[in-house]
Amino acid sequence: MKIPYYPGCTLNTVAKDFDTSAKESARAVGFEMEDLEQWNCCGASFPLTPDNIMGLTAPAKVLSEAKKAGDRLTTLCSVCYNVLKRTNKVLHDDKARRKSVNEFMEDDYDGSLDVVHYLEVLRDDIGFEKLKETVTKPLEGVKAGAYYGCMLLRPFDDIGIDNAEAPTVMEDMLKALGATPVDFPDKIECCGAHLAMNNKEVVQRLSGNVIASAANEGAEIIVTTCPLCQYNLEGTQESANADTPNVPIVYFTQLLGLALGQDAANLGFDNNGGATEKFLKKKGLI
Amino acid sequence: MKIKLGKEDIDSSLIQQIERVSGETIKRCYQCGNCSGGCPVSYAMEIPPTQVMRYLQLGMVEELMASNSMWVCVGCLQCFSRCPQSVSVANTLEGLRQLVLRKGEDHDRIEDIPLPMLKNAPQMAIVCGFRKFVS
Repeated sequence: MKIPYYPGCTLNTVAKDFDTSAKESARAVGFEMEDLEQWNCCGASFPLTPDNIMGLTAPAKVLSEAKKAGDRLTTLCSVCYNVLKRTNKVLHDDKARRKSVNEFMEDDYDGSLDVVHYLEVLRDDIGFEKLKETVTKPLEGVKAGAYYGCMLLRPFDDIGIDNAEAPTVMEDMLKALGATPVDFPDKIECCGAHLAMNNKEVVQRLSGNVIASAANEGAEIIVTTCPLCQYNLEGTQESANADTPNVPIVYFTQLLGLALGQDAANLGFDNNGGATEKFLKKKGLI
Repeated sequence: MKIKLGKEDIDSSLIQQIERVSGETIKRCYQCGNCSGGCPVSYAMEIPPTQVMRYLQLGMVEELMASNSMWVCVGCLQCFSRCPQSVSVANTLEGLRQLVLRKGEDHDRIEDIPLPMLKNAPQMAIVCGFRKFVS
């Protein structure tokens, strides 16, 4: 099974490990992610004001390109997923805005693409039972907290990947990998996102709360789907003035790849915070 | 104290413009407070989300625009997610930001962003930040 794939700017550069571990894992469970031939940045934020047509054009261009490659498009980054899925819905449901965007782009994209997150492909196409059978190195004894943040879940009516208040898709995946998922109260709270640019105090407080919340419930490692969450959480741990538990923060695909028997040297754990490799060695996984 | 509130306050052309830009109907909010309860950054806002809606209902746009609330909102949509009236304070605050940015008034200067941030941060942080803070 081949699925057209949109990497996005960040997965093409600073979060390359997220991209490569996902592609390798996909092959192991039976699907192939094919990079779109041409793509541009999605804009990294869905325009919250409906009269901001201009903010829809970048993601619309991506969607239009993707439609040439197939009827489905998958992506990994929570923000890309949110922006592409919401824009697609606008172009599908709202005739007037569809017309404006298409006139501007000199295109005729109709919003008929199905935008799916990698986790949905694992859950709905492959199935977690099948995934469990493919695991060669079960993550036994690994207490993992699944951190969802905002963009993978909200708003529910537009995204709908899972229950927006009590999601379980990542916990279900972690169970299939042999790990022990740890539920924690802040798993759907915001990390501070783009305020990293101008408001470190807020980011450190929000990200610090998320890490502390997970650690309090016994999580030994935190799993994310978003490079910005990863950056903010790790950055908060590394900042000199933060009194934050040093729990490793990894992309869900890094643990997925590990459980599927990929060479740990290719999974990028050396690019995660210092505690990560130490923790995985202690567990006998690398 | 007597408060005089007329149509010219609560339905001014500016209020109408805010509703048009944000797509939100300000008077739908019935002040239950769920948004402020769920908002991760209300602690840092000079006017928290529930009061943002009240200020607008009372036509107090100038006071609201002078506060830091619109620049602190991170757009996580927890307010909207938990609103029994389907009002999005996040969309409303983005509408207010748009009013400022569309006049060409930047909130942040690109040259003030620290170099390590530009070098190491995920591009998505910079791109999103520019969209939210720069005209």
